[in-house]
Amino acid sequence: MENIDFSLVDWSRAQFALTAYYHWLFVPLTLGITWIMAIMETIYVKTGNPEWKKATKFWMTLFGVNFAIGVSTGIILEFEFGTNWSNYSWFVGDIFGAPLAIEGIMAFFMETVFIAVMFFGWNRVSKKFHLTSTWLVAIGSNLSALWILVANGWMQNPAGMAFNLDTARNEMLNFWEVFLNPVAINKFLHTIFSSYVYAAAFVIGVSSWFLIKKRHVLMAKKSILIASVFGLLGALATVGTGDGSAYQVAQHQPMKLAAMEGLYEGSERADLVVFSFLKKADNPENRGDKEHVMKIQFPGLLSYLAYRDFDAFVPGVKDLIDGNPGQGIPPVSEKIEKGKLAIAALSDYKAHKDAGDVAAAEEARQVFDANFEYFGYGYFDDDVNALIPNVPVTFYSFHIMVGIGFILVAFFVASLIMTLTNRIARKRWLLIAGIVMIPLAFLAGQMGWTVAEMGRQPWVIQDVMPTMVAVSRINAGAVKLTFVLFALIFTGLLVAEIGIMLKQIKLGPKEGGE
Amino acid sequence: MESTREKRGNIFQRIFSFYYDGFKNMTVGKKLWAIIIIKLAIFFLILKLIFFPNFLNSNFSTDEERSDYVLEQLTTQE
Repeated sequence: MENIDFSLVDWSRAQFALTAYYHWLFVPLTLGITWIMAIMETIYVKTGNPEWKKATKFWMTLFGVNFAIGVSTGIILEFEFGTNWSNYSWFVGDIFGAPLAIEGIMAFFMETVFIAVMFFGWNRVSKKFHLTSTWLVAIGSNLSALWILVANGWMQNPAGMAFNLDTARNEMLNFWEVFLNPVAINKFLHTIFSSYVYAAAFVIGVSSWFLIKKRHVLMAKKSILIASVFGLLGALATVGTGDGSAYQVAQHQPMKLAAMEGLYEGSERADLVVFSFLKKADNPENRGDKEHVMKIQFPGLLSYLAYRDFDAFVPGVKDLIDGNPGQGIPPVSEKIEKGKLAIAALSDYKAHKDAGDVAAAEEARQVFDANFEYFGYGYFDDDVNALIPNVPVTFYSFHIMVGIGFILVAFFVASLIMTLTNRIARKRWLLIAGIVMIPLAFLAGQMGWTVAEMGRQPWVIQDVMPTMVAVSRINAGAVKLTFVLFALIFTGLLVAEIGIMLKQIKLGPKEGGE
Repeated sequence: MESTREKRGNIFQRIFSFYYDGFKNMTVGKKLWAIIIIKLAIFFLILKLIFFPNFLNSNFSTDEERSDYVLEQLTTQE
């Protein structure tokens, strides 16, 4: 690995992370608020009560601001695939091509066509057609998320493909194995449900501000009622799918699970850490060990959540690196050896094919196929610690996300009870909490992505392609420069969005408004 | 954003007038569209052209050359 510029790798990662974090500022609100608008408009069409129309149009305006500002941040991510991650893009091209093409044709088309009807169609189309358009916008935007998350799920658990040694590309063998990849399904559901939570927190937070200011009280109460139910259901579903995601991580990315829990030494009946601080171990061995301080834990629960068995063995970082023969876990050195065999076989295949030696090429192909599962490990030498993700970052991100998630469940319950008993407007503490929940819910989403992406390092495709191999050999200085440019542009856009959003919130809902 | 007058004509004229009236009557939307246009101009005209040439497309002219390059990258980094 001596010929790799790690400054280039790190800056490319930082740039992609920056873009993705900013992209995720806008997307979750779009995914969730569309359903809230659709529910409100449905009640309006059913009851004819203009208060619901007013509420629908107000949240639609805020949706429009968010959608317009965020609509093209994803484009930058696509640029970066081609520029900064060209080896990776080529390597996965055919797998990513299908889901992203479907997204482009189906979901984006639905979104863009029906968004126009949704915004311009009041009084121009029938109520039912307008309502249908609003629902289709919600479905379309969520379908957009489906396809990109299927692609991300494939990176976490590659399935349904075969590597073509002639073209150096993975080719899809089975669409359904890619589409119904359990990691992808869980990731999609967990991501969209958490987005609903964020959107619900946003609606409640803004409505709480109206109640504190004693403005638009009726609309605010109606909005809090809808958002509390929507948010509570979304939060409970997020907990359920989070459990499903952790189960999948245990099956396919055990190192990520160990990092999420700060688990260095594996054990049977492993405890689930609810809270702790990590500090450098007094007598660290050779895996960067950290010790838990002020630990609160549930005995045996990690074993159950990971393997549905309280007595199951959960491997720690050391087990996965050094191996644990008693548990049937091979040392990582064996995987490295197999990975090197696969890489050498790929090189031999190309040489034999160019020389016209078909039999030798076929022999090399067989060696490659037998060891492809560990292909990516072949890029690591003696420094096996490079196969360990950043444990403190993954651990804290995971626990912050989970902690906020449970706070939100409690908040939605309280908010719903107070609304149903018509006491919400008098509970100033709850209204202030409602405003605080907006950044908290946002933070939880960002921490979730940090766990998903930092926790799987050093892999860009699990076990098959490490990040350092995926990167384009371009000038690190250009990547640094664009990092700074993006930070400035995205921050400017964020300031613009917040400014326009706050102005619209201050203006409040208006009959017949935008 | 609501239009007060339904324009007559064929389906294409009606679709055109639907969008035309929609954009014409926007208030918040005009600022948003200005931001979108500025943003897309920055992204496509400046960033894409100057900083984001597709690495493989700009350095190689055929898929075979790209395959060979990536194969070389995959097999010479261990």
